[in-house]
Amino acid sequence: MSNPALVLRGIRKSYYGNVVLQGVDLEVRAGEIHALVGENGAGKSTLMNILFGMPVIHETGGFEGTIELGGTPVVPATPSDAMAHGVGMVHQEFMLLPGFTVAENIKLAREPSKPNVASRVLGPWGRGLESLDLKRMKQESRAALDRIGMSLDEWRPVAGLPVGHMQFVEIAREVDKENARLLVFDEPTAVLTESEAEELLATMKALAGQGIAILFITHRLDEVLAVADRITVLRDGAVAGRVDRADATVEKIAELMIGRALPERNLPPRPEGRTPGVALHLQNLVVEMPGEEVRGVDLDVQEGEILGVAGLAGQGKLGIANGVLGLFPATGTVETSGSPLPLGDTLGVLKRSVAFVSEDRRQVGLLLDESIETNIAGTAAHVQGRFLKGSGPFALLDKSAIRAHAERMIEEFDIRCQGPTQAVRRLSGGNQQKVCLARAFTLEPSLLFVSEPTRGVDVGAKDRVLQLLVQVNRERGTTIVLTSSELAELRQVSDRIAVVSEGRIQGILPPDAPDVEFGLLFAGGTAAGRGGDAVPQDSVSARLDGDAVGRRDPGEGS
Amino acid sequence: MRRAPSARGLLGQNLVPLLFAALCIAGIVAARDAIALEILAGDIVTRLGRNLFLVLSLIVPVVAGMGLNFGIVIGAMCGQVGLILVENAGWSGLGALGAAMLFSIPLSLVFGGLTGRLLNRAKGKEMITGMILAFFANGVYQMIFLLLTGPVIPLHNQKILLDDGIGLANTIDLAGTAGKLDHLLRISFLGGRIQFPLATFLLIALLCLGLRWYLRTRSGQQLRTVGQDMHVAEISGIGVDRVRMRAILISTVLGGIGQILWLTSTGMGTMNTYSSHEQVGPYAIAAILVGGATVTHATIWHAILGTLLFHTLFVVAPLAGQAVFGAVQIGEYFREFVAYAVIGVTLALHAWKSRRG
Repeated sequence: MSNPALVLRGIRKSYYGNVVLQGVDLEVRAGEIHALVGENGAGKSTLMNILFGMPVIHETGGFEGTIELGGTPVVPATPSDAMAHGVGMVHQEFMLLPGFTVAENIKLAREPSKPNVASRVLGPWGRGLESLDLKRMKQESRAALDRIGMSLDEWRPVAGLPVGHMQFVEIAREVDKENARLLVFDEPTAVLTESEAEELLATMKALAGQGIAILFITHRLDEVLAVADRITVLRDGAVAGRVDRADATVEKIAELMIGRALPERNLPPRPEGRTPGVALHLQNLVVEMPGEEVRGVDLDVQEGEILGVAGLAGQGKLGIANGVLGLFPATGTVETSGSPLPLGDTLGVLKRSVAFVSEDRRQVGLLLDESIETNIAGTAAHVQGRFLKGSGPFALLDKSAIRAHAERMIEEFDIRCQGPTQAVRRLSGGNQQKVCLARAFTLEPSLLFVSEPTRGVDVGAKDRVLQLLVQVNRERGTTIVLTSSELAELRQVSDRIAVVSEGRIQGILPPDAPDVEFGLLFAGGTAAGRGGDAVPQDSVSARLDGDAVGRRDPGEGS
Repeated sequence: MRRAPSARGLLGQNLVPLLFAALCIAGIVAARDAIALEILAGDIVTRLGRNLFLVLSLIVPVVAGMGLNFGIVIGAMCGQVGLILVENAGWSGLGALGAAMLFSIPLSLVFGGLTGRLLNRAKGKEMITGMILAFFANGVYQMIFLLLTGPVIPLHNQKILLDDGIGLANTIDLAGTAGKLDHLLRISFLGGRIQFPLATFLLIALLCLGLRWYLRTRSGQQLRTVGQDMHVAEISGIGVDRVRMRAILISTVLGGIGQILWLTSTGMGTMNTYSSHEQVGPYAIAAILVGGATVTHATIWHAILGTLLFHTLFVVAPLAGQAVFGAVQIGEYFREFVAYAVIGVTLALHAWKSRRG
């Protein structure tokens, strides 16, 4: 059983000149569970899109390298092409139709049918008109469910099934395909309860025992250790390391996942003589943001600090800011500077000197077809009544004040544009982000939430954006909660970094903590209990004093 | 009443048909002196036979997730062209009726195909696109039959032209084909006061069985898959655009045949060349919605029940208006008002539900 079911050699892929895979080699043997782990953006999804022949790959110029399935070279051009070669995918978000029964879903688009009068008359064109063979559909679905040990009624509608069962219906569908050779499980346990996840892992082992090769994509390292035969770690689009189960430890994998040199911190000092209080106090914050649920966060943010919020996608780090700002339903206690903040009332929150730069720049952050100046000044005019002439309901926008302010911001933020009246849609990602920041800064907030400020922003603008955040923090003492998928940038500017996993804060680390500690917290709190590296509150206060910052800033003379 | 929530859910799901049943009963009670029950029943039977085929032609696009096919007006135009061709040839009788249907099918396939191509580019906006497309198609139709017919397209039958020989007459008498199917196998009840057009209803029954059968074939299953989730269908290797095209073709062809049945049913017999097709879309759609169908769910029973209720209201509303307010116009106004109100409310409900879900 050592002939490889899947061999990938030298897979390279770039999107619009941005290299996401730089020569990945991977081999999965028949009957093996091979784990593929890596941070978001490490290239896992792109690799799977290539393997599955997704249109997004071919629309962006294809890929380099070779793929062999069962010894035959293959270039999957479409998903059905990949399926024809025996590749099955168990998706993270379910590809099930709630209105269909379990059997209909298992047999989706592969329904057994029998000829009838109409289909016979039409001959070769009549295949579509063959009647569904419900009896065979039922039998074959039953067999597939039995094969993975599910006692589920095959004639039940999928709507209303527990999430765990839905996952098994998906697996049954893949198993039912006659030539199933390789199954890809894409973060299959992300939505499952613990017992459901255990059941799933057992099923995976059983399937591997039947000779099916399994590629298991996950970030839960304990699960990797529990089932994987071999582990490949991807980092920044390249293979960072391969480990056999025998020599794998959680620490080793975590270090391979994160492992990059500590970015250079070169931050200006804080003005001295500040006595920090608590700027933001969260207690048992629960946010129902689909895909980014927050399941009970307790957090204190000190006045004047930059708090980084890190975590993998879908773990809830984005939900915190969205919940506090009232963009998604939230419960719990939120206090700013000691007084409670109304939940779900965005205008009320903004009036309390809180500002937010959304991760969703184009949908939430900007009015794309409006001018730069309107975008910069609009919120301040609406919330704070600034840039207005006259008073009451008939106040008019003060065009000249807005123009002057926008021009100052364009200069200060280095927004590359044709002028303050240009529509924001025409700007590049980085310049759009600067407009978002300019708008937030215009509000002169004491507490600023910034989410994914460098997503889709080119390298030069990235540094400028981070620099602006540090600048407003140092000069105006603005407290910043900076949420980002890029740990490196958090480590560059934050005073502390809170790591979110599974909707909770798993720990708070200093920015210079070793990679392995971050890796462990990312992987879902496996470090709880063995960590002891959470930063105690008083040391944070100390860090906010000038000398503590100076420790990391050799050029500073204070 | 332990299962009160589900009882309320059931009521909520059937709110529209129940409301209309109540309106119908109130209308019948109000108009009881103006019309005898058996005459009313006879009228409703005629109207069922006249309208059901058209209403049934809406089901397939709903199942395919394309919403209510406002583009059915295009099928109706093709049906009218079929009738015009037959009138031009001067044919009459049942054979002529069949010929009109046969002529309409290739036209429906061509124009339905164009509709389908457009709707495939306007995914998620099929209804408004179909509606506006119908207005546009009406313009093309008028250009052909008002300007080009006569001078550019010569006609054999000069009687259906306007006096100056340019353009079709405003109304075309369908004496040659009208009532032919209804009269083929007619059963009389209550001394002839109810005339049951058996042949027409057999044709409708055949369509119902055909639809049921089709939805249980491989092709029908693909249709239902696409209707639930285009993305999942695409991933499963179903050609989504082709399936949607098929749905619109079926609907357009059935709409054309339905329009011919409608125009040639007993009591009609005259085609308003430039306006008969215009109201077809909204009225058929209102009828299926009254039966409890929604933008995402429609069955044969919705079509039958809805047509029954909607047209009962159509018959009794003017009579009730006469009896209660002393003015027929109020009833006339009321039924027009109701048709658009039910479409508007259903679309609003759909938007509300899909935002919540």
